[in-house]
Amino acid sequence: MTTMSPGCSRAVYSPPVDRLEGLAKLTGRERYVDDLPLDDFLWGATVRSPAPRGRITDVQFGPGVDWTQFTIVDHRDLPGPNVIALIENDQPVLAVDSVRHVHEPVLLLAHPDRQALRRAVAAVTITVAPEPAALDFRLPPAPEVIQYGSDNILKHLSISKGDVERALAAAPIVVEGTYETGAQEHVYLEPQGMIAQPDGDVLVLRGSMQCPYYVLKALRTALARDERQLRVVQTPTGGGFGGKEEYPSTIALHAALLALKSGTPVKMVYDRSEDMAATTKRHPALVRHRTGVGTDGRLLAQDIEVIMDGGAYVTLSPVVLSRGIIHAAGPYACDHVRIDGRAMFTNAVPFGAFRGFGAPQTHFANERHMDRIAARLGLDPAELRRRNLLRDGQSTATGQVIRDGTDRVALLDHALSLADYDSKRAAHAIHNAASVTTRRGIGIATFHHGAGFTGSGEVALASRLHVAGLPDGRVEVRSANIEMGQGTLTVFTALAAERLGLEHSDVVIAEADTSRVPNSGPTVASRTAMVVGHLVELACDALRARVGLDAGAAGDAVRAAVRRWHERHPGEDLVGEAVYQRPPGISWDDTTYRGDAYATFGWGAYVAEVEVDLRTWQTHVTDFVALQEVGHVLNDCLARGQIQGGVAQAIGWALLEECRWQDGAMANAQLTNYLIPTSDDLPPIRVAFVENPYPLGAQGAKGLGELPMDGPAAAILNAVSAATGADPCAIPLTPERLMEALS
Amino acid sequence: MNVSFTLNGAPASMEVDPADRLLDTLRYRLGLTGTKEGCGEGECGACTVYLDGLPVNSCLVPIYQVRGCRVETVESLDPAALQPLLASGATQCGACTPGVAMTACWIREHRELLATHSIRELLAGNLCRCTGYDGIVDGIRASLEARA
Repeated sequence: MTTMSPGCSRAVYSPPVDRLEGLAKLTGRERYVDDLPLDDFLWGATVRSPAPRGRITDVQFGPGVDWTQFTIVDHRDLPGPNVIALIENDQPVLAVDSVRHVHEPVLLLAHPDRQALRRAVAAVTITVAPEPAALDFRLPPAPEVIQYGSDNILKHLSISKGDVERALAAAPIVVEGTYETGAQEHVYLEPQGMIAQPDGDVLVLRGSMQCPYYVLKALRTALARDERQLRVVQTPTGGGFGGKEEYPSTIALHAALLALKSGTPVKMVYDRSEDMAATTKRHPALVRHRTGVGTDGRLLAQDIEVIMDGGAYVTLSPVVLSRGIIHAAGPYACDHVRIDGRAMFTNAVPFGAFRGFGAPQTHFANERHMDRIAARLGLDPAELRRRNLLRDGQSTATGQVIRDGTDRVALLDHALSLADYDSKRAAHAIHNAASVTTRRGIGIATFHHGAGFTGSGEVALASRLHVAGLPDGRVEVRSANIEMGQGTLTVFTALAAERLGLEHSDVVIAEADTSRVPNSGPTVASRTAMVVGHLVELACDALRARVGLDAGAAGDAVRAAVRRWHERHPGEDLVGEAVYQRPPGISWDDTTYRGDAYATFGWGAYVAEVEVDLRTWQTHVTDFVALQEVGHVLNDCLARGQIQGGVAQAIGWALLEECRWQDGAMANAQLTNYLIPTSDDLPPIRVAFVENPYPLGAQGAKGLGELPMDGPAAAILNAVSAATGADPCAIPLTPERLMEALS
Repeated sequence: MNVSFTLNGAPASMEVDPADRLLDTLRYRLGLTGTKEGCGEGECGACTVYLDGLPVNSCLVPIYQVRGCRVETVESLDPAALQPLLASGATQCGACTPGVAMTACWIREHRELLATHSIRELLAGNLCRCTGYDGIVDGIRASLEARA
């Protein structure tokens, strides 16, 4: 195992490689969907529901608009079933006669002039006869608001290990706690956007997205159209964070319907307020803990209840809930665990994928609860964690035995030493005794994040990837995994070049175009570098074998063999293929939720230092140490950037970012009053890695993109608790909330 | 109405609706798509351009206000000057990046401001959701050192 200090700028055996498309982005040459040249097109727009629930009784096209100039689409224009295909086909593309949330799409309009289009959208009046709406996921639903099954439960999942009731009854100490986390808006800087363009018999969709094959499936279903008459092409994507996992299917379908009806290219680009109001967000959650603890601090029983707000349609809530409950007991050893999770239907704009995918909510609760347990026992929070962190050979809540050689206690101690934990605690005690206006504190969180799809998810995806040999001797990686800022292009290029002994300039990454690239799965779940990157390596090996080379052949030998093959097979496609195989020794039972939930986990130990201003109740994060073990670090600059960005996003979630709700819709859908961190709100985020290569990941890598979302909120609130003596249990911890907690 | 102004050092003249935003004129009329729209209300800084040498949010500038002014966009920046930002990880998804690059170059040209303001304060008008700002701050610092 090797370690890097935060001051060291490069990983042990990766040379520094600049982001491939970085200069194009810095100079403004990178073309996003709204930057593409497009002639003779219409702008598209959506007319949305004004009410959270009810029957549509009237649609009025107001005076002062020449409606004959507009392409108008409603649900009757759908060639196929009116569903956005995902886990459960319950969400209509366009509402029929009733609505289930504010901003639900009802009508589509298109027009060449964007201003005229905006005026027209405002001139449509949709009248809804209101019906009782379910607006608080925490309350048992009254009979008149039941709209899903018999109880509004979108998904119920549970995990059981040992005998929790008996262990709780026998435990000398039982500590309880209830924790709440709010919704979070992604605020990718490029809003959702899509162009639909008829091209002969083929309908081409270009846009900002994480999962081209999800969009293809949604189009194929609702347009009842053969896959060969559809082409989905990802354009450079200005941030996703999960917000462009499932939502792009909706805007793609809308643009497609307008393009099919008008026979003209249609561009839809949301402005910021529509994007914030109408698209998915992180699931709000409520988590209750009841924990049996020994006098020595050992966890004897963990009884955990997780409730998430799913919103008005199923979308991805079942899998978000799944990842949430699997991580809910934290990276600790405990023989008796019961986790019960429910995702609730409400008449809110549907919640969806967001970096961390349920785990940040449950880790927040668990790590805050650990500090509450430490306080009850009079133990140092670090010592409580040392006594309970999983040792190799011990098992998680699902019974997954961890045996990866990572010393999680040493990871925590390393983080504490980087953060100067002990001396800072002593200094804070002196400061807090003397200062009238400020309080300082330091807090920690230890946590884990499963890399790749949950359970048998990766097996079910059966991802395929191609590396093609080109006639000039270069190679082309053909995958559906996309660049959205996390570094896919750079990482895939380096992996292919290093596998085949080629220069980086010998590697081309194909555009993620469903007519050209196989389905290597969605760009989600911290799977791209680890899982799909390994497929890049295996497809390189397959290509080498196809041209008759030995496993060790590299560089000029590869280039020459590829050129020779093309000379003998003019016009043919030379492809090495890799298909995902279940890792050996991994088993998961989806019915009992027992077994190996993930092929591997990343491990984190984060330390936050805060200063609380007692006059304004504002909390400033003054130092942040993020130490993690994520296998081998493929590119230090990119990996560090992922961690820093994730921590920043989590600091926003913890302290600033509050969605204010009105009838299940966001009342502050603009960046003026939904505040994300600026450079001046954040301290330098000090990142360090412990490297422990994971044999089945590309060059030993594990997934890392979501991990940094899991730890910061709890570390920060633990620091606030240390600073002030308050016991805050809900985020965002706005000044108003802290004032209430302290007075 | 007609507006004439200097765009990236060259004269420009065109018929406009006076209420059109400078941002839209640059992007949709003049094809200068390097300038991005992030919020349309002056909060995010993705649309930063220089107006008579000062950084402004072009989403808040009606086109009639640029009559006779100098407008410079991200397309006018020297790519070589951006190398330190590339090496430090200042760009990820790239949607905020042109605005960040404009602010970074402006700080580099006005280093006297650093006597009274920190880089983080001067950068606070540019929202970035990917980097956590460390890569940007490091890149600005490196480019200041490269020119020192």
